[in-house]
Amino acid sequence: MTQSVLETSGLRKSFAGILALDGVSVAIGEGELVGIIGANGAGKTTFVNVVTGYVKPDAGAIRFMGREISRLSPREITRLGVARSFQIPQLFLELSVLDNALIALAVAAGYERVFLRPLKRPQALEQARALLARFKLDRYADYRCATLPQGARKLLDIAMATGGHPKLVLLDEPTSGVSKDEKFALMDTLLAPLAQSGAGVMFVEHDMEIVERYAHRVIAFHEGRVLADGEPKSVLADDKVRAFVTGTPANARTRDERRFDAIA
Amino acid sequence: MSSAFPPGKSMPTSSTAEAAGVHEFVAARDYTALALTLGLIGALLCATFVPAYLRFVLELALANGLVAMGLMVLMRAGLVSFGQGLYFCIGGYTAALAGTALGVRDVFALLAMGAAVCALVGFLCGLLIARYREIFFAMLTLAFTMVLYGLLVNNERLGSTDGYNVLPARFFASELSPDKFQLALFVLTCALVYVVALGLDRYLRSPMGYLGEAIRENELRVEYLGASVRRLVLIKYVIAGALAGLGGVLTALAVGHVDPDLANWTTSGEFLFMALLGGIEHVGAPLLGAIILGVVRSYALEYVPYLWQMMLGATMLAIIVFLPDGLWSIMKRRQKVGKTVGI
Repeated sequence: MTQSVLETSGLRKSFAGILALDGVSVAIGEGELVGIIGANGAGKTTFVNVVTGYVKPDAGAIRFMGREISRLSPREITRLGVARSFQIPQLFLELSVLDNALIALAVAAGYERVFLRPLKRPQALEQARALLARFKLDRYADYRCATLPQGARKLLDIAMATGGHPKLVLLDEPTSGVSKDEKFALMDTLLAPLAQSGAGVMFVEHDMEIVERYAHRVIAFHEGRVLADGEPKSVLADDKVRAFVTGTPANARTRDERRFDAIA
Repeated sequence: MSSAFPPGKSMPTSSTAEAAGVHEFVAARDYTALALTLGLIGALLCATFVPAYLRFVLELALANGLVAMGLMVLMRAGLVSFGQGLYFCIGGYTAALAGTALGVRDVFALLAMGAAVCALVGFLCGLLIARYREIFFAMLTLAFTMVLYGLLVNNERLGSTDGYNVLPARFFASELSPDKFQLALFVLTCALVYVVALGLDRYLRSPMGYLGEAIRENELRVEYLGASVRRLVLIKYVIAGALAGLGGVLTALAVGHVDPDLANWTTSGEFLFMALLGGIEHVGAPLLGAIILGVVRSYALEYVPYLWQMMLGATMLAIIVFLPDGLWSIMKRRQKVGKTVGI
């Protein structure tokens, strides 16, 4: 593994006495593509929320590029180069898709303090269109966000988050709410520009097909702890992971296998 | 590309999207500067042709328009202030007190002082108010203005409910006759509204200004892009306060008198009415609302004094039901290109 972009050690967080994170220590390298799996309530989203500053950890450290960030606000963490997407896309729904991209790029460039130069300069419009094109959203540029289909909303959410060339991108269930036959295309579309940028990517995912196909590495959460961490194949084959996360106990057989047993 | 979104009911056809798309922003001409300049010329011509009392009505309306424009900046960010009377009143009393207590008589100095005091008070109140949203934001702004109202009503030295007289200001160190003073003040008001409207239009198109729309839509996203929502809101609140202060100074100088009613909640409600009547889509909209309200009110009070409140209520009702985006949306509606698709 190359140098770690993100390193957490002993992260702990409880909500009303229930441990959501119970000593999570992981390290993510530059350009790594990590899938995070776990049953509902395993602590995946809390992990994303704690790393991005939305929730403060009770204990433990988070180092991003060697810098301790566990006490910083979401805004400061974003500025350092950690981007995130949301399970429910967070867009400016009444504005056009192009305006969403324009605003994202303007803030990423630190222009939120600029008050005399227009937002919609030709150069800025060109960059916003280029960002949309990278995520195959260019044809939607002039549509109001509220009219976009779910897959496009997911893509726009990620496009906006990554407008500032982050070093680490956390995606919270990028394919949720998208129909099964669109999922792979969506993942292909969103991962291409991220891979090109060299950012480390962590994505929370429930669909094991997606995890197997895209992740270089898988981290399995269970009750706030890291159950397994490693190659997708070995993690997904792990007995504990099968029992607690993917819901296929090691002794379970598929219907085909059972039918085969009957014939044999 | 199309594989990501197989054709379906909710997917727009790409051909219309492309056709409607790219050229839109380039082709859209902006006539703001031209319209404002024509408005300025029109108002100045007005001053020479219309009777003095009508000019006076217009002058007060434009001063109110400054407050309504400030309110528009907040409303664009989804924030409704019920307390712009606070700054309107502080501006007025600043002009009155600076004249009598400090001997400041220059009109430009008074305007600068009014705006500065209001910006400072706005900054201090804003530190608290900018943390709140929706009804809490509205009620806090109302609370501050009612506190000032109460203080002024109970202050004998400032004239209590009777108010306080304002010394006539000087233009470039020269004392003018009352007639000439009113004319000069009218020209100054027009010029100031013109400059403020142009500046505000520029601000609203800038990244900092346009982020108001973003804040209205989704604060979480703005923070996760890396901008401070609280700071942006505070700046907007200070701008609105300073503009209300300018309106207050101009009103005080025109009327020659200030009283606590400037801070009463009904005054704040009127500013809100102007913004609702005109709209907030363009800097010209709240100005339009202020002018219509001012002119209609002055005639209504003369001809149907007992029906005025009812007319106001009925107009508000009609606007909310039929033109929720204000009168300005009539002009906007013609230009609108079908951008909503996929429903």
